[in-house]
Amino acid sequence: MAITSPSTRLWWNEPAHRSELIWIALAFVWGLVMFFMMIYWHATGAQNLANETYRTTPNAYYAKVERNVADWQVRELNGLPVIKPPAGADVYLLGRMWLWYPVLELERGQTYRLHLSSLDLQHGFSLQPININVQVHPGYDHVLTVTPDRSGEYTIVCNEFCGLGHHTMLGKIFVVDR
Amino acid sequence: MSEIEPAPDQEPLRIPFMQRVLDNHFLLLFLGVVVPTVLYIIWGILELVQIPVAP
Amino acid sequence: MSKTVYRTCPTTGLRIDLSAQALIKANAVAAVVFLAIGGLFGLSVALTRWPAVHLLPADWFYLALTAHGLDVLLLWIIFFEIAVLYFASAILLNSRIAAPRWAWAAFALMLGGGLVTNVAVLQGQSSVMFTSYPPLMAAQHFYLGLILFAVGALIGCFVFFGTLVIARDEKTYQGSIPLVTFGALTAAIIAVFTLASGAIILIPTWLWSIGLVSNIDPLMYKLVWWAMGHSSQQINVSAHVAIWYAIAAMLFGAKPLSEKISRTAFLLYILFLQLASAHHLLVEPGLSSEWKVFNTSYAMYLAVLGSMIHGLSVPGAMEAAQRARGFNNGVFQWLRKAPWGNPAFSGMFLSLVMFGFLGGISGVVMGTEQINIMMHNTLYVPGHFHGTVVAGTTLAFMAMSYLLIPLVFQREVAFPSLAKWQPYLFGLGVAGLSLFMMGAGTLGVARRHWDITFTSAPFDFNYPPTAYLLMGLNGMAAIAAALGGLMFIVIVVKSVFFGKPVRDRITLAAPSGQPISAAVASYGSAGTLRIPGTLVLVGVFFTAFVLYYFVNWKYLSEVWPMR
Repeated sequence: MAITSPSTRLWWNEPAHRSELIWIALAFVWGLVMFFMMIYWHATGAQNLANETYRTTPNAYYAKVERNVADWQVRELNGLPVIKPPAGADVYLLGRMWLWYPVLELERGQTYRLHLSSLDLQHGFSLQPININVQVHPGYDHVLTVTPDRSGEYTIVCNEFCGLGHHTMLGKIFVVDR
Repeated sequence: MSEIEPAPDQEPLRIPFMQRVLDNHFLLLFLGVVVPTVLYIIWGILELVQIPVAP
Repeated sequence: MSKTVYRTCPTTGLRIDLSAQALIKANAVAAVVFLAIGGLFGLSVALTRWPAVHLLPADWFYLALTAHGLDVLLLWIIFFEIAVLYFASAILLNSRIAAPRWAWAAFALMLGGGLVTNVAVLQGQSSVMFTSYPPLMAAQHFYLGLILFAVGALIGCFVFFGTLVIARDEKTYQGSIPLVTFGALTAAIIAVFTLASGAIILIPTWLWSIGLVSNIDPLMYKLVWWAMGHSSQQINVSAHVAIWYAIAAMLFGAKPLSEKISRTAFLLYILFLQLASAHHLLVEPGLSSEWKVFNTSYAMYLAVLGSMIHGLSVPGAMEAAQRARGFNNGVFQWLRKAPWGNPAFSGMFLSLVMFGFLGGISGVVMGTEQINIMMHNTLYVPGHFHGTVVAGTTLAFMAMSYLLIPLVFQREVAFPSLAKWQPYLFGLGVAGLSLFMMGAGTLGVARRHWDITFTSAPFDFNYPPTAYLLMGLNGMAAIAAALGGLMFIVIVVKSVFFGKPVRDRITLAAPSGQPISAAVASYGSAGTLRIPGTLVLVGVFFTAFVLYYFVNWKYLSEVWPMR
């Protein structure tokens, strides 16, 4: 029994049943398929999270965000600046308790270098309704190269707990047709 | 507990290598700590300390 | 050194060290107390997330969520695991326990640490969630309590290793240790890595909360913290797989289909299971895709291979034992004639099935590097781990409790008709929790979130209406699970403290058929074995796995292109 010592002294030499061996072979091959699927998607798939990351400080990052706002603000929404960066630009978005800043207006089909960082705690960038989720750390500038492919209004929900106002932390990204 | 022991006058059993590994609890403890420490923690820390400073 | 005192178990004939028995009792009782507290917090969390009920105010919600994670994910589970380690070493090996005084010191440290951290959370200054990610800072005794607990549990693990050494030196067993003890060894090895990682990261964090360290890097913290946070769940997997084998053996006299294959599967756990700590860092900045792909896949899914082996060999061992006892008609007579009214069996079988289908498949899919983008920090994550830790581990531990009560506590299980239904009600509730949360997560609903209506947010936003429906169903499932949990607590407390003593030999296996001794004969050889029912079960599992995996790649291909 499984709660007593093996009844055969040399249990390693006991032959295994064929059905068990077939199952092991199948499970092993399936593991390889899943492993190489991730690598295959890196080569051919369109959705891979960038690893481009830099060390930064809250002050240095905030200065870049403010420069964005000064250069590209087009209007205001609920007291927050809305910026419309040119295609291909480095766009700096920050999370802080409890705000995503600024509001972005992007063009459909254009590619942007979207920077994410936090000024205080960790936050969770959760873009709805398409459900893209990325962790945002203070002190690290994470650069995603994104190409919004459908126009519409998108909401950034914070999905990492960041204090008592966490559930009020929303931001907006508008994707407009060219 | 039905253990089949060789009679005393027989040669001692030659235990297969993998059975000896699986019966060596402290070797397993060593492997179980070292493998994730190297592959997960140390490899991960090496990547984190190499993150460049933002231009 | 005091002399070891033994009793002889009338059912198994095993010689039981009374100090080991007392330690098992103490750890198991502490576990159940924390299960009760943590379960209550869990119910309040689910009722708050039911938008129509919205039970707690925000500050209490985050406090309750922190306490829930701490009490059930850490304290209930690890206290019970220490009990399992002592059982699988001292009792199953017929040995005395090593250093009982150290084991009591470990117990005191764990209990003291658990209480200190609970007090810190209840004081309200440590609502930092179970993960306590810096720069979010808790009160200093929050970290101190966790460190004491981790050190205590580490001592408990070494008592287990010490007992293995004593049993071998005093020749209380012959040949190799039993498979169940080997599974417990796997759990203990993973626990050493887990608890050491926890101590390594929490000690500087504690110093930071006192003001002696100026800065804790949030990424570095997360990397090392998850070596504890996720690996502690891998202790659970190893422990509950060992319990599946144990219950199959105790109820059916089941012998492993193949000792070498089952032990090799545990070896794959020892080597690779802990790498899956990377599941929590897949959308983190600063780690390469090479690191992510290798670690998240447990080194090319070798630990998943281990789980799939256990997924065949546990039901396969039961099927073989049942067939040997004469339940040989058709594909599934062995399963139909299983003791479904025995909570030790029903709990164990539900745990096996739900761990595989709910927790296992979702975990591998969510742990795929790119697919994680659609799931990280959504309710999919707690949906997944309620399938593993609650449906898998907790239900297995409950099932084991129904055997520990007569064998170790020497009491009859109280309220037998209630006990018969308990695993079904709890299992049903937990299956609902798991499925509904995963459903809400695929719709984007955030975890750890007090108000998904965003009433006081600067912008308007609504999740799809289906999400609200799912959160309501989730609340109802939580009520069912809480009732099942309450039944368990009532049964355990009544049995342990007021139960009728058991003095004679008891019958563990319920169904009629040939006695266990006949089934224990060596059917494990390659020629005689037939397990068609198990092959059908694993075939269904494999099909579901493959389909669900590729469906999620399809969903991913519809997300914004990014690189």
